Amino acid sequence: MGKITNEELLKKINEKFDQQITVVGEPYGLLTIETGREQIIALLEFLKNDTVLQFIYLTDITAVHYPETANPIGVIYHVHSLVNNVRIRIKVFLPAEDYHIPTATTVWHGANWMERETYDFFGVIFDGHPDLRRILNVDDMTVFPMRREYPLEDPNRVDKKDYFFGR
Amino acid sequence: MQNHPVYTDNDPQTAPSTLNLGPTHPATHGVFQNVLQLDGERIISGVSTIGYIHRAFEKIAEHRPFYQITPLTDRLNYCSSPINNMGWHMTVEKLLGIETPKRVDYLRVIVMELARISDHIVCNGVLGVDTGAFTGFLYMMEHREAIYEIYEEVCGSRLTTNIGRIGGFERNFNAIAFNKLRKFLKDFPPVLREFEALFNRNRIFFDRTKGVAEVTAEDALAYSWSGPLLRAAGVDYDVRAMNPYSSYEDFDFEVPVGENGDVYARFLVRNEEMWQSMRIIEQALMKLEKEPTDIFHADVPEFYLPPKEEVYNNMEALIYHFKIVMGEIDTPNSEVYHSVEGANGELGFYLVNDGGRSPYRLHFRRPSFINYQMYAPMSRGMLLSDAIINMSSLNVIAGELDA
Repeated sequence: MGKITNEELLKKINEKFDQQITVVGEPYGLLTIETGREQIIALLEFLKNDTVLQFIYLTDITAVHYPETANPIGVIYHVHSLVNNVRIRIKVFLPAEDYHIPTATTVWHGANWMERETYDFFGVIFDGHPDLRRILNVDDMTVFPMRREYPLEDPNRVDKKDYFFGR
Repeated sequence: MQNHPVYTDNDPQTAPSTLNLGPTHPATHGVFQNVLQLDGERIISGVSTIGYIHRAFEKIAEHRPFYQITPLTDRLNYCSSPINNMGWHMTVEKLLGIETPKRVDYLRVIVMELARISDHIVCNGVLGVDTGAFTGFLYMMEHREAIYEIYEEVCGSRLTTNIGRIGGFERNFNAIAFNKLRKFLKDFPPVLREFEALFNRNRIFFDRTKGVAEVTAEDALAYSWSGPLLRAAGVDYDVRAMNPYSSYEDFDFEVPVGENGDVYARFLVRNEEMWQSMRIIEQALMKLEKEPTDIFHADVPEFYLPPKEEVYNNMEALIYHFKIVMGEIDTPNSEVYHSVEGANGELGFYLVNDGGRSPYRLHFRRPSFINYQMYAPMSRGMLLSDAIINMSSLNVIAGELDA
């Protein structure tokens, strides 16, 4: 397993970002912290460039939508320290109707398409992104389909009556 | 003498031209569009457009019970679907805290390594085709067929396999499956050796692949590359070795690493991985001899669908069957990230669960999607013909690219 324990990792982050992060937990051994969008890039840069931690590998960026809450969209970063073999999950929750967050493409080039995908499906606007266009959906789509309010099937379809399917 | 055209420097032919490579171009082996600005045969710049076969799997997954998501994962990287299936099962098992018996782990390892071989057969064979050598592809294809026949014995289907269930396999491996597996292990090495003899020191293949699309380790890491591509660039990151799952820690294998990340290095890494996969399968067969032969799933009646005849004849099985199908069993309210070493790299599943019947959110970390984003930037200044073989050695699978 990893060469750095989650406690040590958390201690190192706390030294630098005291009061700016909160610990969500360690589900299945993966340290999960929450922070604000003001310091997310500084935190990612610190994790990447710290000589001990060396979180040099960006595994994934995605988002989760919790429509009933005050900060409905959470942007989720998975970062991996290949040197120490430790992963960390960072969450940033964005307030309703203000889905702006600074881009991580300044830290990793690979964040480019991950952020485009997150924008495409959740409408999170990554400020400073070099090319923030839709990526998998058509360009003239007007909605962000992975938000919870959009049903799987178009409710206006007339060819799929429930009674055909016994429901 | 002078009745054929002569081009001079101020000829209109010197203006850059635009080429739509794809979406359906025979040389790209899938639905990929790249709009290229060409100066003669050299690429000035390019823009990749993807999403032509986007099927909204992540949205569909939010409306399906866990066991119905397996067929969706088949259609990610359809050249090695069993790895996707197993990755998904293991994600759910991690969420539910299910411990699988060793025999299940070893059987899974066999199926996953077969899938890796079949994926690399296609990728390296097609790389040969794109450089002008059709022979190797056909010789190797015969043995991909042998692998597909083993899948058929194990699960009944070939391409989109839907192998296994949460907790193990839907049925035990039969004797025919093991016989076919042993036959494959005997027949394939000479063919792979011949394939390597055909390519590894081939002058034409050298000229087409060596030094083409070189990638430094720094660039590969900055672009979050994984799998054979990252290893060809010199970074020894393999999920099987670093975060072992499915008892990979019991096996003795090597992680091949290249030097400069060019097309040739990727080819060599994939070939060597096939040898290592065969080594792993042989070890797994030896380990299986020490395990009881009748165990093929974990004892988790709440999540493992009972056999149909049990459902009709056994009250408990009927109850569990009903509960599983109706999704009435509580699951932990938690989130989990699990990754496996897919044929193209780290295939991750990020599953957020709210205790319900289906995931609250499921995200696939698809290696092809992340590997492919470097394609347009790295093609700058490259010859068009080199860009084509670069694409085949990236082994981008459209299903995994678009999800």
